Amino acid sequence: MTGQPYRLAEGGAIDRSRPVGFSFDGRRYTGFAGDTLASALLANGVTLVGRSFKYHRPRGILSAGTEEPNALVQLGTGARGIANAKATRVELHEGLVASSVNCWPGPRCDLGALNDLAHRLIPAGFYYKTFMWPHRGWHFYERLIRRMAGLGRAPEGADPDRYERMNAHCDVLVVGAGPAGLAAARAAARGGSRVILADERGLPGGTLPDAADTGRLGETTAELEDLDNVRILVRTTVTGYFDHNFLIALERVTDHLGPHAPAHLPRQRLWRIRAGRVVLATGALERPLVFANNDRPGIMLASAARAYVNRFAVLPGRRAVVVTDNDSAYGAALDLHRNGVEIAAVVDLRRNGEGGKPAEARAAGLQILAGHAVVDSRGRRRVRTAHVARLDDDGSLTGPVRTLSCDLIAMSGGWNPAVHLFSQAGGRLRYDEALRAFLPEGAPQAVRCAGAINGAADTASCIAQGRAAGAGEPDDRAAGRVEAASRAPWAVPARNRAGEGRRFVDFQNDVTSADIALAAREGYQSVEHLKRYTTLGMGTDQGKTGNVAGLAILAQTLGLAIPEVGTTTFRPPYDPVTFGAIAGRDVGRLADPVRRTPIHRWHEEAGAVFEDVGQWKRPFYYPQDGETKHGAVARECLAVRNAAGVMDASTLGKILVCGPDARALLNRIYTNAWDRLEAGRCRYGLMLGEDGMVLDDGVTACLAGNRFLTTTTTGNASRVFAWLEEWLQTEWPDLDVYLTSLTEQLATVALAGPNAREILAALTDDIDLEPDAFPFMAWREGRVAGLPARVFRVSYTGELSYEIVVPAGDAMDLWTALTGPEHAVTPFGTEAMHVLRAEKGYLMIGQETDGTVTPLDLDMQWILSRKKDFIGRRSLARPAMRDPLRKRLVGLETGDPATVLPEGAQILAEPPSGVPEAMIGHVTSSYWSPTLGRSIALALVQGGRDREPPTVHVPLDDRTVRASIRDPRFYDPDGVRMNG
Amino acid sequence: MLLIPCPWCGARDESEFTCGGEAHIRRPADPDALDDAHWADYLFMRANPKGSHRERWCHSHGCGRWFNVERDTVTHGIVSVYRMGEPPPGGDGS
Repeated sequence: MTGQPYRLAEGGAIDRSRPVGFSFDGRRYTGFAGDTLASALLANGVTLVGRSFKYHRPRGILSAGTEEPNALVQLGTGARGIANAKATRVELHEGLVASSVNCWPGPRCDLGALNDLAHRLIPAGFYYKTFMWPHRGWHFYERLIRRMAGLGRAPEGADPDRYERMNAHCDVLVVGAGPAGLAAARAAARGGSRVILADERGLPGGTLPDAADTGRLGETTAELEDLDNVRILVRTTVTGYFDHNFLIALERVTDHLGPHAPAHLPRQRLWRIRAGRVVLATGALERPLVFANNDRPGIMLASAARAYVNRFAVLPGRRAVVVTDNDSAYGAALDLHRNGVEIAAVVDLRRNGEGGKPAEARAAGLQILAGHAVVDSRGRRRVRTAHVARLDDDGSLTGPVRTLSCDLIAMSGGWNPAVHLFSQAGGRLRYDEALRAFLPEGAPQAVRCAGAINGAADTASCIAQGRAAGAGEPDDRAAGRVEAASRAPWAVPARNRAGEGRRFVDFQNDVTSADIALAAREGYQSVEHLKRYTTLGMGTDQGKTGNVAGLAILAQTLGLAIPEVGTTTFRPPYDPVTFGAIAGRDVGRLADPVRRTPIHRWHEEAGAVFEDVGQWKRPFYYPQDGETKHGAVARECLAVRNAAGVMDASTLGKILVCGPDARALLNRIYTNAWDRLEAGRCRYGLMLGEDGMVLDDGVTACLAGNRFLTTTTTGNASRVFAWLEEWLQTEWPDLDVYLTSLTEQLATVALAGPNAREILAALTDDIDLEPDAFPFMAWREGRVAGLPARVFRVSYTGELSYEIVVPAGDAMDLWTALTGPEHAVTPFGTEAMHVLRAEKGYLMIGQETDGTVTPLDLDMQWILSRKKDFIGRRSLARPAMRDPLRKRLVGLETGDPATVLPEGAQILAEPPSGVPEAMIGHVTSSYWSPTLGRSIALALVQGGRDREPPTVHVPLDDRTVRASIRDPRFYDPDGVRMNG
Repeated sequence: MLLIPCPWCGARDESEFTCGGEAHIRRPADPDALDDAHWADYLFMRANPKGSHRERWCHSHGCGRWFNVERDTVTHGIVSVYRMGEPPPGGDGS
């Protein structure tokens, strides 16, 4: 096996006929198809793969699966860079480029390792305590710390890959395709259920060490693959379990293919699965043992060592010490031994290494050191020696320390059932003293657990539980449990009084048993506090290997039982999910719908700059040959004031309100009275929330006796429609009213300016435009430019103005006719409209109002009917609403007419003096008024126009601007122009 | 993600719905008859029970209809669903 010194000549589920070239930290290696990056690195003798998060200690590969805390790698480059991929989960493909994280210049020689030498100075909480002083210092420290911290590098640039989301429904979802999961899927499928079987690995079959067992599972898999009612999802991690059996799973569709991925496939697919029943066959994760220097490269979980030798035909070492507090590691010892690994000793923390498994090992000639523990290790880039001592009855060390040379320590500290999804589902966990594990208890939703998640330790029990769970039959949850006979200590004591050698509990976050004891001493005794103080169980692995030992050590320190300490909350995701997969296809232009008016094309061709108003694209202004925004807006405003302009107002919400009780509804919703509004007339209305705050405004026209056309602001169209529907359906079902949204069916063009009447007259011959015949706040039906139209004489600009409403399909014809060269009409955008309405002191919903503004604050008492009830009226009667300190709408005039205040600027009563002072208001709208040749602003200020003295101060970044309060109607306060 | 049985459309994902808060809060017929404290009760005070809770939901991205849902706030199990104006199946909702 050239180049793969640790690869066995035969065996394993790899394809030796297909060598795969890859690079790691810039060096080229070869593995085989079927390898993970971790197994291929081990085959090539690479054990040091990265550095730890805090102390930058050399780290190797701990596990063979999702729980991996150490072997995090950076994959790919540029926008396709992936941070913190687990080498144990990355399937090897030709051309794979990977590198270590968290080290510079490289994992073998890393400058950050200075932290390790200084470890006594930086225990848990060090950053919290040290960098809080002096308090301004944090800004300085933060930059340094941020540079030091963090694992992988974020991708550079937008994600170029394609992702999909898939909704799926099934009768039974089986999570995990090991023996229990396969049995469950088969039983459910044979019963006729629609089944989805999901597993995070590339092949169903689980992690059984025995090839014969795996073969039998292959038959089950083949049967399932042939069934139409079964969908098998491989490389799919079920990562979230939510209410009503809704689960999220991430399928890695092409990650394992690298550059050879077919172009038609998405990179990943997010499955959103609604299941009738769920069977969790998620297995169990092995725990490391806690002893001094238990984190060196070459120290790995016994189950991982066994997986590498059996599944990948890789020797994780040549001379091993196996250390365990349970029976399961004996299987690993025997498999390693059979494949030529020299077993220096099996160190069993339990006093009497008796029973079937130890006897089998003894028969194979292995040396068993019962009642012993590995207390320390040596070896910088790879473990060189294990130090073993006898454990006393009370768990303390006794006798001499023996040194065993080795290049592998395979350890087992027992098993944690993978209860994460069960707990996310709302399930309770019960700590089982005999098993030394948290087990699922009860069923919060339609969910069953089967196999090792229940503590089952043998394949037959797993299959039996799976079959019963899949068929929906009763089973024996306790089957196949093996008691952890020992009372072995959760942390092996230090070998000397000085407590030399850190004993790691959480490898990824460098949390030691001493850190946990320190946190407990300092009062962080709740498990949730412990987690946040020490970072135990955080990071990309979420403490899958270290958490339970950490809790146990906390319990021991506090003198409590483990159930009294409890666990931290399991939250989704079980395993990190790519943001791209969550977004799916909802990116770029598909992120949110874009709404365009029927006149949009004309605006585009005229070179309009667009503004987003909700989902709408509205013309902001129409720059002409090199005009600035300021120039264009000024020209458009002056055109409206002095001649005529047209604006596309099609985005305004339009609701048809009809039915015998339409008037009654308007009376209850709007603050003013609607009883006497006749057909042919319009009225401005203001609607409030029940709390008295302004919600929306708009003009409503009476089309006929019981038919009204209500307009809303652009941004609130759907909200107002929903608001009316809510009252009608829930509170006033007795009202006979029908609502129809006509926002997109009708288009509105506003024609405004002193020439408006003349221009409109040239386009219509059946509407009498004389002021007496067609007064302000009236509407007429007729033909405009030959098109059937309703013309409303309303004004938001303060000029003589007509809003012409036509069916959307006619809008472009109408607009083209109005903007014909013979009329000299200037198209104007939303910015000019804002300026014109501000000159008039008209409020803009969402600008002058923000959900805390009442009609009283806006000096709009005139619109509040005293003769009827309406939504929000009672709230206005509260004394607080008349508090003189409430902010009220005013106009603001700056001392220097050229100064345009920024909107949102705060207002003070006195010039700032350097000490904090009360802010008495803020600027809500502010513009340069080309009509008046000066700046204007609207503001909400305490006391409003009654304020004395009327001078206020607006502090800006570089100066303070003096302004005086005035009437907000800057232009034509008596409305002569629009009424004319 | 709840699976909510709309009385008009059948079971649909929660994301199609809007929750309108506690059900069976009637707008006072004569708001003027209430003092400020009682008006504030109507406006702002809502039950926050552990267990069974009657709520208003609207199938806003479906049929647009409002209806009532009795939901267990601990398990999120939906106990019953009934139309506006109907009495709650489990007892009076006044």
